[in-house]
Amino acid sequence: MARITLAEVHDVAKLSRLSLSDAEAERMTTDLDHILEYVETLRELDTEGIEPTAHAIPLETPMREDRAVPGIDPELAVANAPASIATAFVVPKVIEGEDEG
Amino acid sequence: MPAPPGTLRELREALEAGATSSRALADAALARAEALQPRLNAFAGLRGEAARAEADEADARRRRGDVRSVLDGLPMAIKDNMVQSGEPAACASRILEGYVSPYTATAVQRLRDAGAVMIGRTNMDEFAMGSSTEHSVFGPGRNPWDPARTAGGSSGGSAAAVTAGIVPAALGSDTGGSIRQPASFCGVAGIKPTYGRVSRWGLVAFASSLDQIGAIAHTAGDCAAVLETIAGGDPRDSTSLPEPAPAYREALGGDVSEVVVGLPREYFVEEGVDPSVLATVREAVAELERAGAKTREVSLPHTRYGIATYYLIADAEASSNLARFDGVRYGRRARGARGLTEMYERTRSEGFGDEVKRRIVLGTYVLSAGYYDAYYRKAQQVRTLLRGDFDTAFEGCDVIATPTSPEIAFRLGEKTDDPLSMYLSDIYTVSANLAGIPGISIPCGFSQGMPVGLQLLGPALDEATLFRVADAFQRRTDHHARRPPEIE
Amino acid sequence: MSASDLSKYETSKYEIVIGLEVHAQLRTESKLFSPAPVTYGAKPNHSVEPVCLALPGVLPVLNARAVECAILAGLATHCTIHTRSVFARKNYFYPDLPKGYQISQYEFPIATDGWIEIPVDDGEANAAAKRIGLTRIHMEEDAGKSIHDDAIAGSDATLVDLNRAGVPLVEIVSEPDLRSAAEAGAYLRTLRSILRYIDVSDADMEKGNFRCDANVSLRPRGQEAFGTRTELKNLNSFRFVEAAIAAEARRQVEVLASGGEVQQATMAYDASADRTRVLRLKEDAHDYRYFPDPDLIPLVFSREEVERLRAELPELADRKSMRFREQYGLSEYDARQLSASRSLGEFFEATAERHGAAKPVANWLLRDVLQALRELELEIDESRLAPAALASLIRMVDEGKTTANSAQTLVPELIRDGGDPEVLVRERGLEAVSDAGVLAAAVDEVIAENAENVERYRGGEAKVLNFLMGQVMRRTKGKAAPGSVRELLVARLSDERP
Ligand SMILES: [Mg+2]
Ligand SMILES: [Zn+2]
Repeated sequence: MARITLAEVHDVAKLSRLSLSDAEAERMTTDLDHILEYVETLRELDTEGIEPTAHAIPLETPMREDRAVPGIDPELAVANAPASIATAFVVPKVIEGEDEG
Repeated sequence: MPAPPGTLRELREALEAGATSSRALADAALARAEALQPRLNAFAGLRGEAARAEADEADARRRRGDVRSVLDGLPMAIKDNMVQSGEPAACASRILEGYVSPYTATAVQRLRDAGAVMIGRTNMDEFAMGSSTEHSVFGPGRNPWDPARTAGGSSGGSAAAVTAGIVPAALGSDTGGSIRQPASFCGVAGIKPTYGRVSRWGLVAFASSLDQIGAIAHTAGDCAAVLETIAGGDPRDSTSLPEPAPAYREALGGDVSEVVVGLPREYFVEEGVDPSVLATVREAVAELERAGAKTREVSLPHTRYGIATYYLIADAEASSNLARFDGVRYGRRARGARGLTEMYERTRSEGFGDEVKRRIVLGTYVLSAGYYDAYYRKAQQVRTLLRGDFDTAFEGCDVIATPTSPEIAFRLGEKTDDPLSMYLSDIYTVSANLAGIPGISIPCGFSQGMPVGLQLLGPALDEATLFRVADAFQRRTDHHARRPPEIE
Repeated sequence: MSASDLSKYETSKYEIVIGLEVHAQLRTESKLFSPAPVTYGAKPNHSVEPVCLALPGVLPVLNARAVECAILAGLATHCTIHTRSVFARKNYFYPDLPKGYQISQYEFPIATDGWIEIPVDDGEANAAAKRIGLTRIHMEEDAGKSIHDDAIAGSDATLVDLNRAGVPLVEIVSEPDLRSAAEAGAYLRTLRSILRYIDVSDADMEKGNFRCDANVSLRPRGQEAFGTRTELKNLNSFRFVEAAIAAEARRQVEVLASGGEVQQATMAYDASADRTRVLRLKEDAHDYRYFPDPDLIPLVFSREEVERLRAELPELADRKSMRFREQYGLSEYDARQLSASRSLGEFFEATAERHGAAKPVANWLLRDVLQALRELELEIDESRLAPAALASLIRMVDEGKTTANSAQTLVPELIRDGGDPEVLVRERGLEAVSDAGVLAAAVDEVIAENAENVERYRGGEAKVLNFLMGQVMRRTKGKAAPGSVRELLVARLSDERP
C-alpha cells in the first residue's frame, strides 16, 4: 500500500472539493491503490517519443463567426439556482484568499 | 399487460398500414413502462402528457399525409444524461435533483424534428460511470431476462426498455462500452458511432474525448434508421465531424461475400473470459463465414493496456467535467454550510455517489502536479499505440469481430464491492472509444439463458459496413427475435 | 538615520526586477467560446447563454475574430506566431468560474518570444528607448464577477454575475526586464497604445478590460541571480500599478534590511494604506491540473493567414513617430505625443495636409486641442472637430483674420458641437480688430491711464510692455492682433517721449 496514501487521498479530495469521512477515505485509499497498481502495467511500455493522442479522429479547428445572439432570459438563467437575488446567483460569503484566480 | 410491441420497423409498418396510431403506441409504451418499472426500474422519469400530445400531433400529420420521417410518431426513450428544454435531466445523480434544462440536446432535437415521441428518460449509472446501472440515485436497473441480474451499464435503462418491449428504440451514450455492453447483456443491438459522428451538444459530459451518443434497438436496421436521423455535423460541437449523416439504411440487405472479418488473437484467448461466451461468439463468426464472409486472424497487441489507459483518461476528463456541479447555478446545494468551501464540499459529497467520487479523486490525482506525465500523458501516448493497432489491423480486414463482454450479465451486487473487477469487464469495448472507431453489439446467442453479444468494430467513419455485416447476420439468425420469457 | 533615510539607503543597494502579466480584453461582439454578447454594465446575468452558465451538456466553439485579434497582438509585439496552439483547462473552484475550470492556453500558446520598446523617460526631450521582452501571449476566457454588497446580499453572502464569464482575453506576459515602477508604467502605456493601434482591445483599465499583475523581486546591485519574487494581483489603474510596485519594493527592502528573507507569495495592494499584504503563501499555491481541453481541437491556421493579418497591421507608434520627425521636421517629443494614439496621428496628418504646414498644426493640436479634450473628458475620435475645420481655424489666425486668443476660445465648442470656424468667427464677432483708428484709440487710452507704468517702461523696464499690451488686448476684448498692438505701442511710447 504505497502507491497512494491516506494523506494524499485527503489532499486530492480537498482539491476536488469533496469531504470524505475517515472510513470513506480509508476505503478509497484501498480502492485507488488497487487501481493504481493495475494501472502500473502501462510502465512496461516504452512510450518515449510517441505523440500523445487527445482525440482519436483528426478534425479541423472549427471556429464560428463573431456574431452575438441575444442571451437567454435572465430569469431563466437563474431559474435553477439554489439561491438567487433578482437575477444574481447567491453563494456563501467569499472570503479573501479563497480567491483562486 | 399490453402486448409487447415489435421492432421499430414493424411499428412503422403498422402505422403506415393504419393498424395502429402513434397515440396508441405512446399509450402502450407509457403503460408498459409504468407496469414494468417496479421490476426493471428502467426509467428515471416519464413524460406522460407531453408524449401523448406529441403522439396526437404525429397522428394528425399522418392523416394530412405529412409524415416527417421513418421515425415519425414512434415512441422512443433517451438516457437521463441528455437534456431537453423544459424537462429534467439528472444523470441519475442526486446533485442534479430538480434540475430543468432550458435547452435541448442536438441528437434529441433531431429525433423530435423527425417526429419521434420521447416517452421518458432511462435509468443509468450516475454520470454514466459504471457498467451495471447500479450506481443510480433511482436505484439499480434490472435485466428483463433475469431481474436479479444487471441490465449492464451505463445505458442499462435504455437497453432494458428496448428489451422489455417498452420502446422499439432508445438513445444511449457510450464512453467505454456503455451502449454495447448493456445491449449485449440484454440481447438487443447497440451502436456506438465513430467519435464525432453524433453531436455531443446537450449530452452531459463524462469523458469528452470518448463520449458518443448512439442507438439501441432490436435490429441493426433499426439502429441505422435512428443513427441516420441523429448523425451529422453540428456547429455547436467542435468535435463533431462536419459530414452530413450517411444514408445508413442503404447498407442493409447487402451480402457479405466480399467482407473480411478480422479476429484479434488477443481477444480470443481463454483467459479472463467465460468459455461459453467465447464459444457462442465463435459460432457467430462461423455463421458469418457461412454467409460468405472471409475471416482472418489479426493482432491488436496493446489490448491488454486498454483498461488502464481508458480509466486514466476517462477519469481525468471526468474530474474536470464534473467540477461544474458545485451548487451555485443549478442542482442540489447542501443546506446549512458555513462559508463557501464548506458549501462546495458538502454539496459535492452529498450530491455524488461513491463511484463518482472515486473517479473524481482518481482523475484529480492523475492530473495533479508531479503525476501528470506518469499517468495522464502516458495514457495519451498509449492511446496512440492503441489507435495504431487498429490502423494496422484494418489494413487486412473490413471489420473486427470480438465478444462484446467477457461474460453474461452478472448478478446485482456481484461487483459493487470491487471497482477494479467492474472495470475489467469493459476489456473488449474500451479500445473502440480510445481509437474513436465505431462498434456495434448484436445478440448472437445465449448462455445460461442469458444473451451473449457479438461486437463488430469498423474503421473510423465506416458504420455502414458494420450495419451491413450485422444486418446480414441478423437476417440469418433469430436471436434478436427472442424475448424475455416472463414478459412475453 | 530616520526610517525613510534607511529605506532610501537600502533601496539604493538593491535593484528592483519586475515582470508584468497583462490581461487585455479583445474587442469582439460575442464571447470567446459562446455566442452570448459581450456587454458592459448590463444587469447581472443579462448577457449569458447556456455556455456561459456552464449548464450540463454545453460545449465551447471558438470565436474566429478573437483568434485574429490574438494573432494581431502577437504580430504587433514582434512575437513568433504559432500556427498550432492548444487550449487547456485550468482547474480551480470559484463561484465566478462556472465550469470549475478556465479555458486558457498553457503548454502551447499562440504567440511567444516578442518584444516592445518603451520610452525610458529621463526628463529630457530625447528619451532613450528600452526593449522589453515578451515571454508569451495566450488566449483565455474571463471569469464572471463576485459582487460583495452587504445591502443586497447580507453580510454572509456574495452575489455572482456571469455576464463577463467567457469574454475573450489575451494574457501578455513580459520577461522580468523592467527595473522600476516608472518603467512598468511606461511598459503598460506602450502596450495599451499598441493594442489600441491595432484595434484589438479598448485596453481601458477603468472598465476592467486592461488588467495587470506584477511579479516583483529585489536583488543586490551587480548580482546576476534573481531574488525571490512575489506576485501583486489585480492592479487596476496606472497609478495603482506604480504605487503598488513601489510599496512592495519598500516592503521587500525592509524585510531584507532586517535580515529576513522574502517569501514567495501572492500579494494585494491596499491603496488607502499604501501598503502591500500577503494574500496567500507559496505553500498554499493551487494545483491547477492543466490539461488539453478535450472539448476543443488544437487551434491550427496557415502561415498565409498570418501573413494576411500582418499585411493588415497598421503603422505602429514607434514607426509613426520616427516618420513624423523625418517627414514633418517635428521634435522627438512632439512626434511621440502625436503618435501616441492612432486616431491622434491620423488627425494630425489630415489637418497638416489641409493646412499645408505641419508645425503650427502640431502646436495647436498638442496645446489647445488636447487640453480642451482633457477638460471635456473626450478622446480625439469622439470629437466633432474635423481636420478641415482645425486647418481653416489655424489659417485664419495665420492670415490675421482672427487672433490666436479668439481662435482658442472656439476650440472646445468645435470639439463638442463641430461647425465651420469661419462662420463661428463671424457670428461671434471674433474678427481681428484691423481698423487702425480703433486700435490707435485703445493704445492712446492705455498710455493715458497708465502713466506710472509708461514711465517705468521709458525708464528702461522693457518687460512693462507686456503689461501694457495686455491692457490693450483687454480693451479690444482680445480681438486685436498682438503683432499690430506691439508695433503701435512701441511707436507711440517712443513718439511721445517728452
Ligand atoms: Mg497568469
Ligand atoms: Zn490569465
